[in-house]
Amino acid sequence: MVSTKKDPVLAVFSLSGGNDFMNTVIPYTNPLYRDYRPTLAVAEDQVIPINEELGFHPAMAALKKYWDEGKLAIILGVGYPNPSLSHFRSMDIWATCEPDDLGLIGWLGSVIREIDPKADNVLTGVNFGRGLPRSMAKDGVPVASVGDLSSYGLLTDIEETGHRDQALDLFGRMYSPVLGSGIVTDYIRRTGLEALAGADILATAPDKYSSTVEYGASAIGGYLKDIVQVHNAGFGTRVLFTTAPYNIFDTHANQAVGHANLLMDVSNNIDCFMTDLREQKISDNVMLFFYSEFGRRAMDNGSGTDHGTGGVAFALGEHVKGGIYGEYPSLEPGKLEDGGNLQHNVDFRSAYSTILERWMGMDAKPIVGGAYEQLDFL
Amino acid sequence: MANREIALMSHLLRRAGFGASRDEVESRVAQGYDNVVEELLNVGDGPGIDEDLMYRAYPSYFDKAAIETGQTEWVYRMINNRYQLQEKLSLFWHTIFCSGDNKVDNARTTVIQIDKFRKQGMGNFQDLILMLSKDPAMLYYLDNTESHKSAVNENYGRELLELFSMGVGKDGEINYTEDDVKACARAFTGWNLAPTIPVFPYGRTPFEFRYDPADHDYEDKTFLGETGPWDGEDIIRIICKHPATARFISRKMYDFFVADEPPVPSWRQAQPGDLDAIKTLEKAYFDSGYEIKAMLRALFMSDFFRSESVRYAKVKSPAEMVIGTLRMVGQHTTPQPGLFFVAMEPKYMGMDLLNPPTVEGWHTGAAWINSGTLIDRINFAAGLLGDTNLPGVKAIIGRLMNRSESLQPDEFVDGCLDLTGPLTVAAETRSELVSHVEARGELRHGTDAERDDFSQRTGEMLQIIATTSEFQFG
Repeated sequence: MVSTKKDPVLAVFSLSGGNDFMNTVIPYTNPLYRDYRPTLAVAEDQVIPINEELGFHPAMAALKKYWDEGKLAIILGVGYPNPSLSHFRSMDIWATCEPDDLGLIGWLGSVIREIDPKADNVLTGVNFGRGLPRSMAKDGVPVASVGDLSSYGLLTDIEETGHRDQALDLFGRMYSPVLGSGIVTDYIRRTGLEALAGADILATAPDKYSSTVEYGASAIGGYLKDIVQVHNAGFGTRVLFTTAPYNIFDTHANQAVGHANLLMDVSNNIDCFMTDLREQKISDNVMLFFYSEFGRRAMDNGSGTDHGTGGVAFALGEHVKGGIYGEYPSLEPGKLEDGGNLQHNVDFRSAYSTILERWMGMDAKPIVGGAYEQLDFL
Repeated sequence: MANREIALMSHLLRRAGFGASRDEVESRVAQGYDNVVEELLNVGDGPGIDEDLMYRAYPSYFDKAAIETGQTEWVYRMINNRYQLQEKLSLFWHTIFCSGDNKVDNARTTVIQIDKFRKQGMGNFQDLILMLSKDPAMLYYLDNTESHKSAVNENYGRELLELFSMGVGKDGEINYTEDDVKACARAFTGWNLAPTIPVFPYGRTPFEFRYDPADHDYEDKTFLGETGPWDGEDIIRIICKHPATARFISRKMYDFFVADEPPVPSWRQAQPGDLDAIKTLEKAYFDSGYEIKAMLRALFMSDFFRSESVRYAKVKSPAEMVIGTLRMVGQHTTPQPGLFFVAMEPKYMGMDLLNPPTVEGWHTGAAWINSGTLIDRINFAAGLLGDTNLPGVKAIIGRLMNRSESLQPDEFVDGCLDLTGPLTVAAETRSELVSHVEARGELRHGTDAERDDFSQRTGEMLQIIATTSEFQFG
């Protein structure tokens, strides 16, 4: 396990919708790339080379410095056997590590349980977004879901602060335990008090934070900034999850502009995230893992790309060993699956296992459902 | 009008539908309970909403390129279908006969299934599971499309028995064996889909059922003790006459409409909460020849349904929380902007309509509540009930003002609880509410300033009521 002074913190960011691997890490010297992508190939002189064969999409310039520093690991050809090309199914598979059965337990839910078995801290796991993501779902694991940290909480519609404080005070009293009110009511009241406690604590995060970093004005920028604020506030939060707007990477059409904008939004905001963590001097015990549920078809469709397999995932952090892990899937026609999909060569559960064993310091097998080869990015 | 009758009618309209305004409750009371039950059970031929108006306002509902469109349309129908029991029943079947668009990945196919529940949900159970067994979304979701004479896939055959009709066991006994599962699955070989039309360039077309006689297993099968060259239809006939099926569907109905039952996997051992009630429903099932409508009539007319002990005894599902609150405040009763955003709320609260988590469906009761969903439930309901511009909230304010020239804090609190239910809260809760109001004294509405203050305080009180643990029940 990597030694850090403080408890390790894991931030996970899903690029929802199926990010186009081939136009993220580009095999710019491979002639087949240009054959397959008559519309969408990025010109060789615009690619940002990271070695003789591969380069970043030009919109990802902001991430290049982390590559140069050796803090960015790129996991190529990541996926799982018998891939599903349904977004929702594939997102669920990444969330639950259950490619064959429909799973209910999120891998991060299990991580939170492992860290905090008695749920002593309602903020051990925090989601940034609406609703409970499948990755964090597990019975008895409390997870706060923060749509927007600056307005998070109960009864935020009440504008007059005095009235809201009174209402929250009343809420606390109404939810205090009452003898003989029944199992379900007792449970709801206990949950209400937990939620109130979590919201009260989270509400203090913005006051503890000041920064010179200006994030991009997108949902992604907002969520990454909120993650830094919560980490900075020192609530003992160890697992933080967020996602790009639902399915936004689903670039079937007009991909050239749309995908570049998305990559720029993600890259610039991740740069802000890392710069901000460093400015706050809290970057040492954080790692960020970002991935998408699948890649896209090798061949473009004249305007965009359709659902494919074999994708790319990234790990970024002060203790991450930068470099390339896994292999770029072969573009040879005979090596493509189902007439046009890149074959995966790294199971996503290998990446998860590496993070769990070498960063979080826990036994990965029960969480990911088996023993998977460790990668050396940590 | 007697409070007792109002309370009973509100209970009926909450359970057989998604609740109603006090105006509607009063006119329903005048109509008489028995007549209202008959009206709920007798659904007209056409749709219960103005579909032309809906499709003009929301043209994308027509071809449903994305599942969110299907979810939004369903929410609109749940709010506005004048045949409320029809809509509630389509939700009931969706929570049992679970297939999800997360796998089907064809929103129109998924939504067409719900429309079939709407049209056939109150009909004969045998017809209903025959329809289900030919439903393309279901056949694909449970892999019957991968089940062949030469290589049987047991997924649909098993879940048909375990989760859709009989359940694993009752009264401590098992209902069927693994051999029955295999026979059942063999009988459904060849129940498949027509080849699908490629998605591009014209978008998705709905899947269609196609029976493939060359892929059907015509050999003899022994299923639940009966041997013959059974086809799926024979299996369904044998299932429907089995006492386990009567028990299963009765418990499901009781769980959804009356009071929370333990989850299905425990039903082999765990007896029903009210065995007499279940026996009443089982009798209606057999006496009527498996008619769902007859079972529902027996249920709504029964003493166990009308009993005060089952009122507010169920944790509201997210759909009930969202739709019930919208109907209470009179929002989205015609096409209005913003429907999409409220239609996503059930998902945030843990009920992604048309995408159940697994074939087993959602875990209900207390399982609806966690620290994340509770905040969403409270903020959603409080946000609407505190908006004094909404017609339903205005109506509540008007009714409170009509009660008296001035309201004492306790009268005011009781009035608000009455008009949001009538909701009964714990004595401790009520006294907290009363002391909260007492801090600002009695409420009057003689002058404009007093009326403004009255409205504002009512909005605040309704908002606080929406935060109570009692409001989580329906």
